[in-house]
Amino acid sequence: MAEKKSLGKEFTKGLIKENPVLRLVLGTCPTLAVTTSVTNAIGMGIAATIVLVCSNIVISALRKVIPSKVRIPAFIVVIASFVTIVQMLVKAFVPALDTALGAFLPLIVVNCIILGRAEAYASKNSIIYSAVDGLGMGVGFTAALCLMGTFREVLGAGTFLAGIQDLLVLFGDNVLGGWNGFDFNGALEFAGLQPITLFILPAGGFFVFGILMAVANKIADGMGKPKAVLGCASCPMAAHCTSKKEDSKCNKKEADAV
Amino acid sequence: MKKLTVSASPHVRSSFTVPHIMLDVIIALIPALIASIVLFGFRSLLITAVCVVSCIAFEYISRKIMKRNTTISDLSAIVTGMLLAFNLPVTIPLWMCVIGCFFAIVVVKQFFGGIGQNFVNPAIGGRIVMLVSFSSAMTNWTAPLEWKNGLDAVSAATPLASLGIGSDMTGLPSLLEMFLGVRGGCIGETCAAALLLGFVYLLIRKVIKPIIPLCFVGTVAVIMLIAGKGSFEFMLYEVLSGGLLLGAIFMATDYATSPITSKGKVIFAIGCGIITAVIRLFANLPEGVSYAIIIMNILVPHIETITKPRPFGAEKEKKSKKEEAAS
Repeated sequence: MAEKKSLGKEFTKGLIKENPVLRLVLGTCPTLAVTTSVTNAIGMGIAATIVLVCSNIVISALRKVIPSKVRIPAFIVVIASFVTIVQMLVKAFVPALDTALGAFLPLIVVNCIILGRAEAYASKNSIIYSAVDGLGMGVGFTAALCLMGTFREVLGAGTFLAGIQDLLVLFGDNVLGGWNGFDFNGALEFAGLQPITLFILPAGGFFVFGILMAVANKIADGMGKPKAVLGCASCPMAAHCTSKKEDSKCNKKEADAV
Repeated sequence: MKKLTVSASPHVRSSFTVPHIMLDVIIALIPALIASIVLFGFRSLLITAVCVVSCIAFEYISRKIMKRNTTISDLSAIVTGMLLAFNLPVTIPLWMCVIGCFFAIVVVKQFFGGIGQNFVNPAIGGRIVMLVSFSSAMTNWTAPLEWKNGLDAVSAATPLASLGIGSDMTGLPSLLEMFLGVRGGCIGETCAAALLLGFVYLLIRKVIKPIIPLCFVGTVAVIMLIAGKGSFEFMLYEVLSGGLLLGAIFMATDYATSPITSKGKVIFAIGCGIITAVIRLFANLPEGVSYAIIIMNILVPHIETITKPRPFGAEKEKKSKKEEAAS
């Protein structure tokens, strides 16, 4: 590689700057479908992260063996193997999560985040970087799902982490004294309020998704370097441009439109 | 000495401005407001006040946060607040009204750029969010005029819920009562007389054209006449019940979310009428006016494309192609 990258940066870019859900807009389908509760979001996030890291490692290791013409089927075979393994593990150890996620667990195979990272990153970088990239992306995915799940569950159902025992069953029965999440419905009823059902429905999911995307864009714009402004030389409108500003302050929107 | 101002066109200024139009709509809504107070008590005034105040507040706050100029003086937020309030039952908790106003103003209107940019009618957007979220509170109807007897609320079904094809209409209010609004329902939708008074006022002031309301109500009437096997009584009950008149007169005619051309308006209104009738006759929901208007609102850009008027003197594209082929 021409450029030396730091492992830390490869990891943290998945959190906000290149967050797969909020910035790259990948994996939208599971994002909207499973974020009705935080428990489901955590389960989905962890399952996808495991698949992502494992498939990134294997694809990166095989990157010189796989002919580029058949790379997509090859990636899918690798990803599908790991999804099958994860699905069997979930069915065996966390059966309640398997019921809750339903078809979305096997559908991780076609999750664009995983295929996207395989294509864009793992097939071009060394094993260790690919593993860190997968982990960062997976954590970013899980964090975004949890954030959405928090808003949707608290506002839409009046609970938080409800059914968490379904996940904690991994560590034995009655972990944390059988604590099964917060339930605000009693307090809400006392105050004469009730949850806003809309947020549990797909329409509410889109509202939360849109607002979180806007916030993530705002944060990422704030922490990144100022956007590179194209000079007139690289502008496709340069030949027809009437402003002829040499200091590259021409209307970039026009360039984008073309 | 008078200053000479040289400005670009337009030079002719008319008084037909946004605040004037909105003021006319508010005036047209006053009879329905008075009717709602008479029918359902002073709580309907309270609901209207809460909706109007929270709409104005949300408009002001969101414009401030988005660093845009304040637009509360164009009165559009007041109209949205009044229309949303008219779509609510009198028993609705006040905090739900505030949430409905938040969606109407912030999500539907300001997220999309403010007045003139909203993709659906804000009041209907707010109503549907409330209907989906708080379905039991939004369909908790009370009998009219009971508040005078000192009773808090006597629950009652709306005529629409008990109205079905072939069902007997003995338990329903008389048609005169329906016309005057003595029936269960949302606070502003029941009194047909007051709504029609507002309609006439808007027509005289030329704020709206009669095409959309007439086609909308006409389509529903025709379909109901056919569905009711020619029963005029059934048809009249259907036209006078639910939010049909309120929706057709005040909501479907919203400038930003209805087509510009007359042809487009006809398509839009007939579509609204068909969807309303289909939902009322076949769907599980009791009322379909708000869904009909919101669906057609979303289709308006497409209606505009197919009804784009031809510039004077321009030939039809297809024709010229045929001629080319012939020659």
